[in-house]
Amino acid sequence: MSFVKLTASTLAIAAVSATAAAARDQVQVAGSSTVLPYASIVAEAFGENFDFPTPVVESGGSSAGLKRFCEGVGENTIDVANASRAIKEKEIKACAEAGVTDIIEVRIGYDGIVFASDINGNGFEFTPTDWFLALSDKVSVDSKLVDNPNKTWADVNGDFPAQAIQAFIPGTKHGTREVFEEKVILAGCEETGAFELFKEANGGDEKAAEKACIALRTDGVSVDIDGDYTETLARIESNKDGIGVFGLAFYENNTDKLQVATMSGIVPSTESIATGEYPVSRPLFFYVKKAHIGVIPGLKEYAEFFVSDEVAGPDGPLSEYGLVADPELAKTQEAVASEATMGGNS
Amino acid sequence: MPRKHGNSLLELTDRTKRRNAAEARFKAYGIAAIAVGLLMLVVLVTTIFSKGLGAFQQTFITLQVELLEEKLDKNGNRDLDDIKKVTTFGYAPIIRNAVETKVTELGVETPLKGKDMAGLLSKDAAATLREFVIANPDEIGKTVEFRFLAQSRVDGYLKGRVSRDSIENDKNISAEQLDLVDALVAADVIEKTFNLDFILGADASDARPEAAGMGVSMLGSLFMMFVVLALALPIGVAASIYLEEFAPQNWLTDIIEVNISNLAAVPSIVFGILGLAVFINYMHLPTSAPLVGGLVLTLMTLPTIIISTRASLKAVPPSIRDAALGVGASKMQAVFHHVLPLAAPGILTGTIIGLAQALGETAPLLLIGMVGFIASNAPDSIASGLLSPNSAMPAQIYEWAKRADPAFYERAWGGIIILLVFLITMNTLAVILRRRFERRW
Repeated sequence: MSFVKLTASTLAIAAVSATAAAARDQVQVAGSSTVLPYASIVAEAFGENFDFPTPVVESGGSSAGLKRFCEGVGENTIDVANASRAIKEKEIKACAEAGVTDIIEVRIGYDGIVFASDINGNGFEFTPTDWFLALSDKVSVDSKLVDNPNKTWADVNGDFPAQAIQAFIPGTKHGTREVFEEKVILAGCEETGAFELFKEANGGDEKAAEKACIALRTDGVSVDIDGDYTETLARIESNKDGIGVFGLAFYENNTDKLQVATMSGIVPSTESIATGEYPVSRPLFFYVKKAHIGVIPGLKEYAEFFVSDEVAGPDGPLSEYGLVADPELAKTQEAVASEATMGGNS
Repeated sequence: MPRKHGNSLLELTDRTKRRNAAEARFKAYGIAAIAVGLLMLVVLVTTIFSKGLGAFQQTFITLQVELLEEKLDKNGNRDLDDIKKVTTFGYAPIIRNAVETKVTELGVETPLKGKDMAGLLSKDAAATLREFVIANPDEIGKTVEFRFLAQSRVDGYLKGRVSRDSIENDKNISAEQLDLVDALVAADVIEKTFNLDFILGADASDARPEAAGMGVSMLGSLFMMFVVLALALPIGVAASIYLEEFAPQNWLTDIIEVNISNLAAVPSIVFGILGLAVFINYMHLPTSAPLVGGLVLTLMTLPTIIISTRASLKAVPPSIRDAALGVGASKMQAVFHHVLPLAAPGILTGTIIGLAQALGETAPLLLIGMVGFIASNAPDSIASGLLSPNSAMPAQIYEWAKRADPAFYERAWGGIIILLVFLITMNTLAVILRRRFERRW
């Protein structure tokens, strides 16, 4: 019996030491949970249509993905980072320090952010102003900044029913939060004139005023959801007054439980986002390590396949799932084919 | 003389009554506690089964597909490289034709266009077809019968999850399509049957929940358990034999003992962070690999195995050791020839329970990259089973529960049933081993 154990442990140790020699033959992707469904659809189709193994797609958030992307070059680092926002200057720097200098930026399309509530509850027609007045920490009343006094949606806007304000918004680690702050709260802040007041209070500093604008109330009216949209949905199901922030694709898969609110009078749909009418949308990206092209089999083919017309075009599977196709897809395809890096672009 | 009140055995004193009442109350509390526990169990099991059993059935559509030569092999020379150039998108028209033909054949009136009719099928259909054609190029030009998966909304409609009311705003399916489904069900073209692919298949992307299965992640779990068994059992047993039989009793061994007990109580996520820092960032083992998962779970299982092994070694009476030593055996002979065999059933039970615990563990796997769209490549050898990225059963369930399409939710519950079957089997095995081999003194 002891001999068997000895053999087993020797084998295990041998396996451990053998790993260094084993080459990786599949593309590894990590990053945004918003991009994850699209990336997995592409990965699956890629595995089916090419002789390469199906790429591995992990989630974890845009920032986490880019952090892993910037860890360095080599088989033990990921090849592609998915992101629901553009890479930041800071991250490019971190990348460069770790030796990741040639990065190919690929925009795959646009994603809409929608506001939805329980299917049997009240319907809403929002404007950014409504959201600012509902959620901001301080609002302007008679040209003075006061703590947000609004308790119900009727306080915010006379046309709304007297339903208690209860918002479930993405937590700060989500890329979606940034878009929500910028396109909704900040826009509302400027519309109500609170922005000017904040600017005055901060001695004319616009950056500080922007920061003050997007400071949300902390009295439990606005709840940060750090998990996925499924968690937001569960919260709304248990609290019928709740209004949540979702991705368009998630809403479209759950139309039996959610009703969507309009924003500035526009119903969110792939069409209204493609034309730019619906205001709350953002581009989705993935980033490719150029140094890995030619080393990891199938990496370039994966990137090209991802942005091909058949996949990312208006009739492709991604658009069917909820992605808003990029009108400039041809340009992206060209950039991927010629492996144009970010430094080379700008 | 009147008997003093309360001394009769037949008549209860107040005090005895009170004591009896307290006992009766305690029994009632105990029964209530068990009843609450049982109730919870019943609620849990009925929820799991009512939500999850649906995943074991799937809706299929049977079609006769004409494998047109001009679409699939333009040169007509059956060259595999040429055939492979046709992607799954190129197969879509062929499937559309097959559906249209079937609908016309049956004489069903529908306002739908070919594309919407084909929308009843899973996106997996084109992949199935392409795989078949590449495997059997000789069949090109013939008409072959296929059993395709139906898309998740159609499947949900047949399972009662999707109703005509609930699809009002759904762009994935329309009422006309459901009318067609009803007609095809009446014609026996669409049927719901047992789906082995849910148990044996690989994970599928968000666009086709109907094709997702547990099989590959089960293999991932299997390889992890193999690593855990191969490492934790010998290390754990060796450590406990030394501590129990050979080590001197001093402050050092006391500290080790306390630490092992503490380690058993450390939350599993901590082992995940440790695994990420040591195995992946420092030792550069591949991420998402079952080998790393196994190593992390080994750390987690070790204390359990050590504690149970030491308990079963302690349970062997000292007379056995004394007798062995008395007839001239060395200490090692006494341990390996006499004590260890007697303690083996206890060690085995502890190991199996430790493994079952490791099998159901998700938290550490989150950190070493075993969650995501990973379980899609079935490993082709033992080495690739250990080293190439894979998921594990609980991680797969977690992943499914997060996805947008409600059909994945059903599969998450179905996955729980499979996981529970494994856990119950392992625990039953542990109980049987204990009953069968345990000796009492």
